[in-house]
Amino acid sequence: MANKPTPRVRVPAKAAAGEMIEIKTLISHEMESGQRKDSKGEVIPRKILNKFTASFNGKPVFAADWHPAISANPYQAFFFKATESGEFTFTWKDDDGSEYVAKNKLTVG
Amino acid sequence: MKPHGSGLSRRTALKAGALAALASVLAGRMAFADANAVAAELKKLYGDKPMAEGKIKLDVPEIAENGMVVPINVEVDSPMTEADHVKSVHIYAAGNPQPGVVSYTFTPACGKAAASTRMRLAQTQDIICVAEMSDGKLYTAKANVKVTIGGCGG
Repeated sequence: MANKPTPRVRVPAKAAAGEMIEIKTLISHEMESGQRKDSKGEVIPRKILNKFTASFNGKPVFAADWHPAISANPYQAFFFKATESGEFTFTWKDDDGSEYVAKNKLTVG
Repeated sequence: MKPHGSGLSRRTALKAGALAALASVLAGRMAFADANAVAAELKKLYGDKPMAEGKIKLDVPEIAENGMVVPINVEVDSPMTEADHVKSVHIYAAGNPQPGVVSYTFTPACGKAAASTRMRLAQTQDIICVAEMSDGKLYTAKANVKVTIGGCGG
């Protein structure tokens, strides 16, 4: 894809202490599976995002190892129990070694 | 095929699905994984450890019109405390060219061992889910998804 993958993350800006919040993430990426063939019959090489991680104030929260069976423009939702204010860091790792990062702040109180 | 933008219309999605279906037919007999391949993957991870049914709520559509984008939601019943939580969840598609779909790593900070994503399914098949608890116990669940090729509502 010509465009650089753009992550989009939805995190509530505020949460009560102990509240369970849902985090939804989406990133634009073709997730080329390595199974398809081009018009000349040659296999299009695999190029997917193979790992998604979420951490809060530097501590790991959630991770997903994605395989080629994950759809294009991968969506990932998960939960987090809010206890203190801080910042999320979301990282997507590409097969080609590049990394895409998004950060979101959460205020608890 | 056009890259899927965020404004992906139903028509382009269906067209993409139909093209993919056609491509897989033209490619002839592609090698598909089967239940044995999933069992082999699990053996690599956990050896011959016994697995119990239950605890897992695997939410997939019974019929998926478009195999390119099939929503999957998994939730494992657990208090998610330091002492008792879900460590990881693996999801496999037994009828895809490669069995692996996704492996999740949870921590007690999640509060709830639940996650949803979207996957590709090449054909009608079983989805197999295995959850590993912090005490090492394994749980498994299975669900079947019918994939309608060509969108004729089989």
